[in-house]
Amino acid sequence: MTGATRPAVTASPRAVTVGPMAARVQLRRLAHARSGDKGDTANVGVIAYSPEAYAFLRHALTAERVASHFAGMIEGPVERFELDNLGALNFLLHGALGGGGTVSLMTDAQGKVYSTALLRAELDVPEDVLATVPPKR
Amino acid sequence: MSARALRVACGQGFWGDRLDAPVEQVRRGPIDVLMLDYLAEVTMSILQKQKARDPAQGYARDFVPLLGEIFPDVVEKGIRVISNAGGVNVAGCRDGLIEAAREAGVGGRARIGTVTGDDILERLPDLVRSGHELANMDDGRPLEEILERVESANAYIGAAPIVAALERDATVVVTGRSTDTALTYAPMIHAFGWAWDDWDRIAHGIVAGHVNECGAQASGGNCLVDWESIPDLAGIGYPIVEATPDGPFVLTKHAGTGGRISPAIVKEQILYEMGDPAGYITPDGVADFTTIRLEEDGPDRVRVHGVKGRPRTGQLKVSISYRAGYKAIGTLVYAWPDAVAKARRADEVLRERLDRLGLAFDQVRTEFVGWNATHGPLAGPPPEDLPEVELRVAVKAAERAPVERFTREIAPLILSGPPSVTGFAGGRPRVQEIVAYWPALIDRAAIEPGLEVEVVEA
Repeated sequence: MTGATRPAVTASPRAVTVGPMAARVQLRRLAHARSGDKGDTANVGVIAYSPEAYAFLRHALTAERVASHFAGMIEGPVERFELDNLGALNFLLHGALGGGGTVSLMTDAQGKVYSTALLRAELDVPEDVLATVPPKR
Repeated sequence: MSARALRVACGQGFWGDRLDAPVEQVRRGPIDVLMLDYLAEVTMSILQKQKARDPAQGYARDFVPLLGEIFPDVVEKGIRVISNAGGVNVAGCRDGLIEAAREAGVGGRARIGTVTGDDILERLPDLVRSGHELANMDDGRPLEEILERVESANAYIGAAPIVAALERDATVVVTGRSTDTALTYAPMIHAFGWAWDDWDRIAHGIVAGHVNECGAQASGGNCLVDWESIPDLAGIGYPIVEATPDGPFVLTKHAGTGGRISPAIVKEQILYEMGDPAGYITPDGVADFTTIRLEEDGPDRVRVHGVKGRPRTGQLKVSISYRAGYKAIGTLVYAWPDAVAKARRADEVLRERLDRLGLAFDQVRTEFVGWNATHGPLAGPPPEDLPEVELRVAVKAAERAPVERFTREIAPLILSGPPSVTGFAGGRPRVQEIVAYWPALIDRAAIEPGLEVEVVEA
């Protein structure tokens, strides 16, 4: 899914060494994920494949970015929690499950595969970060 | 593994999990404790309904024949079994177990412990009258709004009564709505004599319980990372916690079983159903999951340590279920060419029929399985040349009648709707009563003095 090479996004203090070039890739190149539910809230845990990928995601995969990714799919706000110890981010997507559990009419009433929908998100990732994760999957 | 480690094996991640998993856990290698989690959020309401129809029911029935099968192993190897299989009829489950023990030839050599007092269905009106609001944790609504429609009400109770039953030499401990994680950490508190305010050690036990309680989801099942290469899912080994007196533990599984235990897989399970990771609340303490350290400790072994805990809160969570109307789901499959266009037209026809019939629903939801059911708008436009798509229309309403009528409007589409339709062999959709979940909090003092522990010889 690697798209055209383009200039890197503006570097921030949080970002690791940002190389001169970046590639647009799906989040699934950088991380795996698991999701579950609590009532009408889905959680998506995003686990980076490398420390460099985690540092990049901590900077780039903000709650706002995730909320805009899921525009039209969730009714409430998005919260983000950082687990630096695991190289992981946990997102709570409020109002994501059509009432949740038995009340929901959705196929994915318990948010079991919401994680995969987030892994579609496209990010402009510096080449030196991409070099730290497993080959294209 | 140090000589003093305690091996707590998971045998069941939910009611309906693989039947032979607990048998494998007791036979394929050494373990000290077998824990089995049977209760999901709405299981209690199903069990209350079963008990209302037949007072002998109301517990996870699979548990009794399972124990019948493994009782000789359990008794000869000195394994303790801990489960919330008692549901809303712990005594009924115990009676079944006593009979199963005798039939298995271990009568007089097994002791059955029971924990009761979590079931507050009968007490609910009194509790509300005496000022316990039991407001919905998610939206703040007071319980009074739905009090007349409540089907079940149980407090999530902690480890203390399980520990008490173990101290009285129970071979099997059966509880109702014990907290899932407590089924794993209660035997640690018992075996290692942890103080009830030893928050860091208890926090390790909480993490162990969280990882253990979903069965094979911690050992390679439903794992996204490198899923193609995870071996022998048909013979997957369920997780085993090797706990140590200071708290750190290793997650592993029996040698020779399928699946995989790796740091990445354990991380996935740690994040499953996670809220604020810095405050994972249980009745016996609060664990800070942002302090977890984990690393590989050999093949199929992950060591977990460094977990910090905080004091328990003054409240317990209460799980209440209530009747919340009716729903039904109708499906039909439309084939190439233009599968999605045909399914869309069928959806329009169906909705117009519902309108013309004057049926009112709280919600009508349409999904196209094979295109957008799980990823919604993120799925983009339908792929051209899709060989088939399943039209899935779901409705719900407060009353049964409109939902019932809806179920009769699906089949007519076969002859009167768009072409190339199939996949209706399942017959008319079933009307399901919706039993909704109402999470609330209650003061410990309203619950804990009423908990009872009994241990009897089988």
